[in-house]
Amino acid sequence: MNTETGRHPGLNLGSGHAEAHGEAEALVFGFWVFMMSDLVTFGLLLATYVTMLDNLAGGPGPKDLFELKPVFIETLVLLTSSLTYGMAILSLKHDPGRRLRPVLAWLGLTLMLGLAFVAMEAKDLHALQAKGGAPQRSGFLSAFWALVPLHALHVAAAALWLVAIAAQIWRFGLDTPVKTALLRLGVLWHFLDVVWIAIVSVVFLGGLA
Amino acid sequence: MTLAGLLDAALGRLDWNALPFWEMVTHPSASSIINGLIASGAAGIMVLGALVTIWALTRHRLWGTLWRDWLTSLDHKKIGIMYVVLAFVMLARALAEASVMRTQQAVGLGGGFLSPEHFGQLFSTHGTIMIFFMAMPFLTGVINFVMPLQIGARDVAFPLLNSVSLALTAAGAALVMASLLFTPFSIGGWSGYPPFTETGFSPDVGPDYWIWAVTLSSLGTTLAGMNFAVTIYKKRAPGMTMFRMPLFCWTALCVSILMIFAMPPLTLATSMLALDRYLGFHFFTNTGGGDPMLYANMFWLFGHPEVYILILPAFGVYSEVISTLSGKKLYGYTSLALATICIAVLSFTVWVHHFFTMGQSASLNAVFGIATMLIGIPTGVKVYDWMLTLYRGRVRLGVPMIYAAGFLMLFVIGGATGIVLANPSLDYVTHNTLFLVAHFHNMLIPGLLFGMLAAYAFWFPKAFGFRLEEKWGRRAAVSWIAGFILAFFPLYGLGLLGMPRRTVAFLEPAYLPFTLIALVGAGLVLFAFGCLVAQLVVSIRERDMRRVPVGDPWDGRSLEWSIPAPAPEWNFAVLPKVETRDPFTEAKEQGRAYRSPEGYEDIEMPRHSAVGPIVGIAGFACAFGLVWYMWWLAISGALLSLGAMLARGFARDTVRIIAAAEVREAHESWLAMVRATPRIPRHEENTPANLGHAIPASQEEQS
Repeated sequence: MNTETGRHPGLNLGSGHAEAHGEAEALVFGFWVFMMSDLVTFGLLLATYVTMLDNLAGGPGPKDLFELKPVFIETLVLLTSSLTYGMAILSLKHDPGRRLRPVLAWLGLTLMLGLAFVAMEAKDLHALQAKGGAPQRSGFLSAFWALVPLHALHVAAAALWLVAIAAQIWRFGLDTPVKTALLRLGVLWHFLDVVWIAIVSVVFLGGLA
Repeated sequence: MTLAGLLDAALGRLDWNALPFWEMVTHPSASSIINGLIASGAAGIMVLGALVTIWALTRHRLWGTLWRDWLTSLDHKKIGIMYVVLAFVMLARALAEASVMRTQQAVGLGGGFLSPEHFGQLFSTHGTIMIFFMAMPFLTGVINFVMPLQIGARDVAFPLLNSVSLALTAAGAALVMASLLFTPFSIGGWSGYPPFTETGFSPDVGPDYWIWAVTLSSLGTTLAGMNFAVTIYKKRAPGMTMFRMPLFCWTALCVSILMIFAMPPLTLATSMLALDRYLGFHFFTNTGGGDPMLYANMFWLFGHPEVYILILPAFGVYSEVISTLSGKKLYGYTSLALATICIAVLSFTVWVHHFFTMGQSASLNAVFGIATMLIGIPTGVKVYDWMLTLYRGRVRLGVPMIYAAGFLMLFVIGGATGIVLANPSLDYVTHNTLFLVAHFHNMLIPGLLFGMLAAYAFWFPKAFGFRLEEKWGRRAAVSWIAGFILAFFPLYGLGLLGMPRRTVAFLEPAYLPFTLIALVGAGLVLFAFGCLVAQLVVSIRERDMRRVPVGDPWDGRSLEWSIPAPAPEWNFAVLPKVETRDPFTEAKEQGRAYRSPEGYEDIEMPRHSAVGPIVGIAGFACAFGLVWYMWWLAISGALLSLGAMLARGFARDTVRIIAAAEVREAHESWLAMVRATPRIPRHEENTPANLGHAIPASQEEQS
């Protein structure tokens, strides 16, 4: 059934995974809808950030605080983690032997990259605070701290979910709930990339331009 | 650590001053005693109500039933009913508060008996409860109960999430209730505007109660909206195309989409206010680069779509009620569906009209004023469609139709005053006066509450298997309508006379006649609520003479009437195949209704789960801990709900199979009973002869 597998490219398993493929329809769509409400959240936080740009209250501004180098590395790490996540889903989808190891290996790599991103973020934020960029300093910094750490928090939560799914794989193997959970986590993982691109463009590139 | 230090850490900032009678005991004065007695009375009623409930549950050994059959149930019908029960409980409290406020203003010339703070808490809790814990649970409950039945589904798309949504909403409601005993609640109004609600001006726990109650409710609502939207997109019965759905489902769909997109701004606004208050951020403060206007924009970016979240489901209910009780198909179905979509889209384009006076440019105000007036067009289309559905119909003036008739008249008047307010220059004159209060009550009472009460009367037999008593229902409906008119039309006058809203007392004697009439109206509304209680009591007591086991007491048109009342757990023994709009009417007319299906299959239903109640309790604990700075409680609550969700990921045995044989036996015995039950014409609708087997309108005319 070409039309079935072609319908939501990347978000289905194909008829070879009969049960999980059927269940994914409503589950992945539902999770995608949920992400849309998250998209509103991040959109509003970006808008808030932009409206607060001039509310420095005498405190430091973007040029005093931001550095592109760590942001560039973080971007590479996060985008690579999306690639490895995609590889995990591909090996889940197409491995005829239904072997656990390739899936788990790709997921493990993704987790490492995700955690590395969160750690680098945390270090950046710590450095920012040391430079007088605490959220209590100004409206501008409040807006920054609501937006960027919230994204990092999302990545951390996604990493926790990944661990939980890995534990389920260890316990139950690649059963239907695990497969659909991996598809949904994929939506979240890639969504966080998109949000990060927006943050980099508006906050960091925009701030330093 | 010493014992005292431990106690301090455990209780946070909770101390004796939180008790509603403490002020009157420690600083007795005439004012503190009167206000203390009222507040303690309210807290006492709540505690007493809780104790009586606990006692009754224990006495009748119902704890097990409550837990197994209700709280942990994932059945969309039961969850819907629990939402409506919550709405009625909260309605009782908010109505009582409204009566106290009306009494205060009736004697408010030069003083009255309430302190300004007490009055402030009353209008803040009244508004917060009515919107978030009466209106929202009511409409969510009705959608939950009705929508899956109407589209021919066995449950919503995500039954567990449904239970979690209910639990979060209930936790928010419980938090507002807790504020009666551990005072004070916010005095910042239902919209909680900063900078007044910032720590600098409101250092007490009031705004924190408001923040967390509203946050819990908005999270629950976002999840509910997502669940409904996916249900409608993915779970429709075979052949049930979008444009064959009953109109109520169209309104449910639009409301769900509004919930998904409009609740995040609210969650964000309250979270940012919380960051300001707890961590010293500067989002909405008037120092440190904060911007209070940002809050106004974010709040109303939620707040205006919210108005349509509240009103659209009632539009759906009226469409079903008017069509069914006129014995006609809905006039202008497509235009009604399109008008609903149109209203949903436009609702995101008008939010600035809530603060025309806040200083943006005249051109911007003009744009939003015109956008606001535009909404009158699709709404007008709807009103004409409903009238043309009534036209030459065989209209039965049952209880739901009385509400619908009252709605049609009153809603048009309220809409006209809305057009007045949409004009920025006129809005400058009436802004912040009681004119506005009159306007939005005029929209929301006929446009939401009457619709929900009509739905309650209309679908009650489907939920419980017996009709509601008719006489008390009519008394309630008429008193609601008359009471509303008396209570709120004088407020238009008061607003035009210049009386500001949210004022405890006044010095202008010309206001007095109006406030007195409004008091009479409030009394009548209380009487109407009493009638509803009496109706329920009488109906339960005499339920045996009102049973409608066949399930079609009103000659219904959509699928929910084609199944037994009360509906079985699996809703449809065999999923229906839909070929037309109003499928059940057509089946009855062509003699295809109540036929045995060709075969039965096993049915998969979700197993019960305790995750919902656990998340609810944990959510309440977390919020209560945050309000009172009991950090241990807040953290344990958060961890508990996270743990419950993680643990749920390991649940594998989540569905229960109901054997085809069991379904067959239940369904065939019901069909046999249907065949043995005489059909009744419409004029016997409210007699014991109505066992739920209706002669369809078209055949009745011929005979």
